[in-house]
Amino acid sequence: MRAAVEVQAVEPVAPGRDWSLWMRQIRVILRIEVKKNFWGRRAILIYLLAAIPVFLTFLLTFVHPQGAADIRKNWTSAQTAFAMVIYRGLILQTIVYFGCAWIFMNLFRGEVVDKSLHYYFLCALRREVLVAGKYISGLVVSVVLFTMTTATSLFFLYYARGYPANVDYLFDGPGLKQCLTYIGITVLACVGYGAVFMVIGLFFRNPIIPALLAYGWEWVNFLLPPLLKKISIIHYLHSLSPIPVSEGPLATVVDPTPAWISVPSMIVFTSVVLILASIRIRRMEIRYGNE
Amino acid sequence: MNDQLIIFKDVSKFYGEILGVNRVNLTITPGITSLVGPNGSGKTTLMNLMTGLIQPTRGHISVLGISPSNPQELFRKVGYCGQFDSFPRGMTGYEFVKSFLSVHGLSRKEAEEKTWRAIERVDLIEAAHRKVGAYSKGMRQRIRLAQAIAHEPSVMILDEPLNGLDPMARAETIRLFRQLAQEGLHLIVSSHILHEVDKMSDRVVLINNGYILAEGGVLDVREEKLEEHPMQIMIRCDRAQEFAARVFASDSVVEASLHQDRQGVFIKTRNADAFYQLLNRVVVEDRINVESVSPVDDDLNAVYHYLIESNGGSS
Repeated sequence: MRAAVEVQAVEPVAPGRDWSLWMRQIRVILRIEVKKNFWGRRAILIYLLAAIPVFLTFLLTFVHPQGAADIRKNWTSAQTAFAMVIYRGLILQTIVYFGCAWIFMNLFRGEVVDKSLHYYFLCALRREVLVAGKYISGLVVSVVLFTMTTATSLFFLYYARGYPANVDYLFDGPGLKQCLTYIGITVLACVGYGAVFMVIGLFFRNPIIPALLAYGWEWVNFLLPPLLKKISIIHYLHSLSPIPVSEGPLATVVDPTPAWISVPSMIVFTSVVLILASIRIRRMEIRYGNE
Repeated sequence: MNDQLIIFKDVSKFYGEILGVNRVNLTITPGITSLVGPNGSGKTTLMNLMTGLIQPTRGHISVLGISPSNPQELFRKVGYCGQFDSFPRGMTGYEFVKSFLSVHGLSRKEAEEKTWRAIERVDLIEAAHRKVGAYSKGMRQRIRLAQAIAHEPSVMILDEPLNGLDPMARAETIRLFRQLAQEGLHLIVSSHILHEVDKMSDRVVLINNGYILAEGGVLDVREEKLEEHPMQIMIRCDRAQEFAARVFASDSVVEASLHQDRQGVFIKTRNADAFYQLLNRVVVEDRINVESVSPVDDDLNAVYHYLIESNGGSS
């Protein structure tokens, strides 16, 4: 019964690194992931979450009878209130935080729960490339979504002020720089939180608990002593705020970290976390039965 | 030579305290090799080890000279159709196969061509644009098979590939396996359907409780067990009683018993070749009319029974 067979010898493995192949693979993963995770019904919740600040600023400026008038009258206070309550409290520390948690933790954990991660593991694909592809897909979605949230919320804030005043403020004043800084901070938040949540999703079967613990740490950051304060993402994001905001009477006062340190620090931190994710995924085994 | 073989060298896998497989030394040559054993015997563990989905606790595995810890190289040569009956959300059969060919790094055109070729081979053309979630179990099995063969691997690892298939599809699939084996592929198949494994396999690996019990051609494995389990042969003939008495006198025959209808004799022998020579002699000398000679237990079923079920395994 044995067939007379001859197997072709294995082609020699090309030494070195095949960057063009990896880039191609990352693009394919990006396409698959965005389609799979962000075009379906499951994505509705994340869109609703991202819409909350937009809806609130819309209500404040269009529906609340005094809202727009107050903004016009007290522009400086309105800006401070926006920076403290809407941007920092709501957008950065709640919407971006939980949005990134949902998006990035699901990149791997969601596939383990769906029992479909092995399909990637059965491709001629370096697992590090998979980490990069998945991270970039999460980053693209979170950055698009949350920078739109930030920009639209700012739009409503500025809209209340009226056209001529805005043109002056944006193009002859500090307005444009402030807007771009807010958007930059949002991008940086997605970069940092994204990496952290992806690693949490890789290491923990129930990532909600570590995510909530990290959330608590970020929230009590203003109370922490100076050294511990710096062991957080939110400290570096706050340091970049275009409008200085008080952290309250109980806060430990620490000088903001300059941008030339904050931004590279976040990038280095993210790189370290992604290397950790790559090490983890190289050792990862498919054992859905244990999940 | 190692780049044509799949080699397990002293491989063990423990899941915490639980044994997956222990001290496996195995060399798999091209052709169809079937892994046979009851549930939980370690078949899927061996397959997952070969594909790097799990890592050995001890030992070394090489698939055509490539380590399973190097997926970038391994899966250019290997296709795996596992038992996981789950799929990425929202994909059609076509998208499922094509997207993973694209992840392999194929160009769009090449991926499309290979996708259609694979889907055609498993006869799913008409359902290709339907969502996999709406497929029947047999169709899901076939689309997984298409995904495993689409990139034209040299080694195919198939975990229970006949599960869920109707008899027609099963026959077609076995025919496809034979064709692939003739093309020079390694096919490593696990299955519970013993008579089909028996028909298609070049060699079998019997495994139970994480240990390899036997490996080789079915007949070779059967012969290894002759001492414990003499071969049974049924001979239908006239003058059965006389025939039984005549052959029982020979050393090669361990037992000879008359069939109930007295038209046949069950022979147990530890030396089948010697018995067949004796049979020829008796037929000629005693002018006995032999209607049929049929070995009763030289198939995989018997081997499985002797090696596994009689040792307490359950399928």
